[in-house]
Amino acid sequence: MTQTSASATAEAGSDAAAATQDEISAEIAAIAAEAAGAGETATRLDYPPYRSSLLRHPTKDLHHVDPEGVELWSPVFGEQDVDPLEADLTIQREGDPIGERMTLTGRVLDGEGRPVRHQLVEIWQANSAGRYLHQRDQHPAPVDPAFTGVGRCLTDDDGWYRFVTIKPGPYPWKNHRNAWRPAHIHFSLFGREFTQRLVTQMYFPGDPLFALDPIYQAITDQAARDRLVATYDHDVTTHEWATGYRWDVVLTGSHRTPREGDVE
Amino acid sequence: MTHPPTPGQTVGPFFGFALPYDGDRELVPPTHPDAVRLHGRVLDGHGRPVPDALLEVWQAAPDGTVPQAAGSLRRDGFTFTGWGRASTDTTGRYSFSTLRPGGAAPYFAITVFARGLLDRLFTRAYLPGTPDDLLPAVPAERRQTIVARPDEHGFVFDVRLQGEGETVFFSHARD
Repeated sequence: MTQTSASATAEAGSDAAAATQDEISAEIAAIAAEAAGAGETATRLDYPPYRSSLLRHPTKDLHHVDPEGVELWSPVFGEQDVDPLEADLTIQREGDPIGERMTLTGRVLDGEGRPVRHQLVEIWQANSAGRYLHQRDQHPAPVDPAFTGVGRCLTDDDGWYRFVTIKPGPYPWKNHRNAWRPAHIHFSLFGREFTQRLVTQMYFPGDPLFALDPIYQAITDQAARDRLVATYDHDVTTHEWATGYRWDVVLTGSHRTPREGDVE
Repeated sequence: MTHPPTPGQTVGPFFGFALPYDGDRELVPPTHPDAVRLHGRVLDGHGRPVPDALLEVWQAAPDGTVPQAAGSLRRDGFTFTGWGRASTDTTGRYSFSTLRPGGAAPYFAITVFARGLLDRLFTRAYLPGTPDDLLPAVPAERRQTIVARPDEHGFVFDVRLQGEGETVFFSHARD
């Protein structure tokens, strides 16, 4: 770990936005060269090109414990928690949101490929212009009064989730000068066990901003990064209505053997 | 494992309009006769508050059983689901009202998310007075980072993401 260099960068970090894309890209390339072939599939917590991480990543190794007690279980969400209409982000306000209507569907699986049934999936995203309905997002792109960008659903008996939404736009951020995030949808997922909790971001295929983005690149293994990218699926696309994307999510392996009578 | 896991990504700065919800931090109403408060601060490597963090708590019921009742997102005020979510305020503080967990060595299982934190972190907040031999085998000088302190209404548990007094965070990987 490069705590010294991270600290040094942290000092410079007070004016982090002064770095150019070329400088950030060079940092990304240097880390990628060092990590090449290591097959490191988890997201790095210590990733200096993402400036906000400098003071917010642990410097000590994670301590391994065998999950026990409540950690072997997950909170339960039910039909009383989620209105089925919450899965359609295009009908939450009066009027039709602007942009490319899309259906997004996929399965939530555990490490053995078993479906995660009846569990909560939450999403949030920018609108088609790349603007979030969040006070802190003040970049000069239009708010869409017909679009909140927030959705929830429960997976079905086979672990499927399904949302109807608007394709989000890319947007600028302040990590460095002329920094742009690739278009993405934030996902929050629960498994059968507390330890499977996952918050991540789903991206769109072929985004030209991938190579430039220090959040996406904080996963140094290309195959692992690819697992965050949805696939365009014409079988999900619907006639004269919406384009279709497919994205499956695999949570870390389930430790506890499911027992008969488990609430799932 | 036959299926490689999907990597995590930061919760980012803009979860505030999406993940918090009414009643998220009240596992029981603060007026419940047995309500306790679990609260504290989230701090960065310079000891500064983290105002854009989100904590989730998951815990046993007072009798030590694991709650398996739905209803965390639309609480009815009577069902204890054992799970809650609280975002930090501008001073880096979070707060839950809940019940004291039961069991042999009870703890609050906590997940930490924040802008600048590329993947979630897991920790445990053990109840004050938990004997050392019931704690995970972490170095002695770090033990206190996973034990809550008592206060007037319940428990105080600070999360230090980095630096002096850095909280012990856990992995559960099976390799």
